[in-house]
Amino acid sequence: MANKIADSISREEFFYGHKACAGCGGSLAVRAALKVLGPNAVSVLPAGCMSAVGFNFPQLCFSNNSIISTFAGTASMLTGIEAGLRAKGYKDFTAVGFAGDGGTADIGIQALSGAIDRNDNIIYICYDNEAYMNTGIQKSGLTPFGARTTTTPAGSNIHGNIRPKKNMFEIVAAHGIPYAATASVGYIGDFIAKVQKASQIQGTKYIHVIAPCPTGWGVAVDETVEIAKEVVDSGLWYLAEYENGEYRLTHRPKEFTSAEAYLKRQGRFRHLTEDDIKVITDSRDEKWKFIEKNFIV
Amino acid sequence: MKKFLSGNEAFAEGIRLARPEVISAYPITPQTIVVERLSEMVENGSLKSEYVHVESEHSALSCAMGASATGARAFTATSSQGLLYMAECLYYAAGGRFPIVMMNADRSTALPWNIYGDQRDSLSQLDSGWIQSYAENAQEALDLALMSYRIAEDKRVSTPYMANLDGFVLTHTYEKVDIPTEEEADRFLPAYETDNRIDFDNPKNMAFSAGPDTNFIFKYKAHEGILAAKEVIKETENEFEAIFGRRYSGLIENYLTDDAEYIIVTLGSIAGLCRKTADRLREQGIRAGVVRIRYMRPFPNEEIAEALSSAKAYAVLEKDISFGNEGTVFTNVNSAVKKENGKAEGYNFIGGLGGRNISASDIENIYESIIKGTDRVTFIGTGGGNNG
Repeated sequence: MANKIADSISREEFFYGHKACAGCGGSLAVRAALKVLGPNAVSVLPAGCMSAVGFNFPQLCFSNNSIISTFAGTASMLTGIEAGLRAKGYKDFTAVGFAGDGGTADIGIQALSGAIDRNDNIIYICYDNEAYMNTGIQKSGLTPFGARTTTTPAGSNIHGNIRPKKNMFEIVAAHGIPYAATASVGYIGDFIAKVQKASQIQGTKYIHVIAPCPTGWGVAVDETVEIAKEVVDSGLWYLAEYENGEYRLTHRPKEFTSAEAYLKRQGRFRHLTEDDIKVITDSRDEKWKFIEKNFIV
Repeated sequence: MKKFLSGNEAFAEGIRLARPEVISAYPITPQTIVVERLSEMVENGSLKSEYVHVESEHSALSCAMGASATGARAFTATSSQGLLYMAECLYYAAGGRFPIVMMNADRSTALPWNIYGDQRDSLSQLDSGWIQSYAENAQEALDLALMSYRIAEDKRVSTPYMANLDGFVLTHTYEKVDIPTEEEADRFLPAYETDNRIDFDNPKNMAFSAGPDTNFIFKYKAHEGILAAKEVIKETENEFEAIFGRRYSGLIENYLTDDAEYIIVTLGSIAGLCRKTADRLREQGIRAGVVRIRYMRPFPNEEIAEALSSAKAYAVLEKDISFGNEGTVFTNVNSAVKKENGKAEGYNFIGGLGGRNISASDIENIYESIIKGTDRVTFIGTGGGNNG
């Protein structure tokens, strides 16, 4: 299976020579997606980690056409590029955005919603490392409950972030988007298959991929893939698709591994009390009840 | 063909003739008629363009930048709060050297809310790196729409272009307008060709970061580009006259300034009333003149200094105030005069904020005040004034 997936994507590299931190999950997601989409991908990256590490003149690290957008403007610039290339008579290209969690769920959500509403023919990939990592680990709308960030300190009064992650997958699906998916760099084959599928679908596509940041999460740099797998195995994230008005699980853990173990191995969650962990496991179980009821499993 | 059109409609006709390949549209009063007319033109086939209904002004300009980055000719339009909302993208487009054309219907800025015309919106963005023109009438609006792309897209310039029309006074006033034929327009305005675009044979990384060593150089190049527009505007107007027979006068338009002792310097639609008033004062033996600024960027330093060189006094009449200082046009004009060691006494008249009318007698009062000498800054009709 693994070899089949590896064979299905390009041997060519499109994103290299950049200065991403060791173990960066985001750069792995971008690298893999571009291998699927190939040289005619036009990538748009807003202000954020991937543009900061890959786009410093004269050290420019994309070998496909790429451009930085404004922080809020990933989707709207994709719209313009797609419309412009179409107006110019190009047919064989893919306009793809790579925005972080803040660039997607916070400042960029308006433009993203607009693009889905217009059903622009673009792929929007959110690489979710669960905080504003580029600026030094501040809370975003996709920071999970309990996480310590530099703006949600963990003290004796408040134990880190007090709100759960925004549910971007279902927010996006509620637009009636042709295709949306969740993924994790820990299940890279699943992610690649979803990018491949998205590239074959007309209209707006959204893929939300968990991409751990060892620096911000407080794990070793060689634990990225492992922890990205564990977040799925413990049931705290799920791999799914939305298509033709239906939700479908693409991976179903037989039984969950310990959420506590997943949390406690990360610096950002180490302060959590038993009560905090119960809140997290309860909300996981609620979510899975919802999934069992509403998703094709 | 002659038609009876509003300023907005005339501008839309000019844009139709310029054939933008992508239009990103978001409505705001008093700009709406432009995007409405353009949507009708796309519907009836008289304009072939990708018409994108964006969800905000920020996205309007972001989308236009994306389109421009593919080498497509892009258009958008805005006003007031919309211009301020997209402000980040203004600087971005200028730095990216994307020759987008945008119409701005000059309108008051909140608070207090107000939909009527003044120029505080566009003048607040003088530093954004865009060429800024100010039309006086509907014919000029149409002609500038056509000329704007030639100027912006010239290789020496590669700078976005903001065409300003006074809200309501110009955007909604109907006049007889001569509409060129498509053949004439095509002869005047060639298709946009650029290397500053996505290229599948030779992929590019665009809109990158540049550190302290190189950033400054990119900024300097952008400055050089907009300065180069001075010459390109002249060439473009010569070419325009050769094809369409209408003559424009470059960065400023002088009226009776050769021997004028007292001159009003202004911009936009109020200039007509200033000229009428100057005529009347001339009948009384007062040597009055008018300078109409057509371009705020690049700024006509030499031209203004020359026009004011023999004057005893000048008044800068503007629909703008930079709170805590004076009108921004006044600051710019004074700087121009100072550079050439001009001797004329300068005064500033702030009027028309939030669309308040500026009457013929207001303008007569301006001339009378500068003949006698007055406060450095006067707020017309408010009793307010100060000596800065």
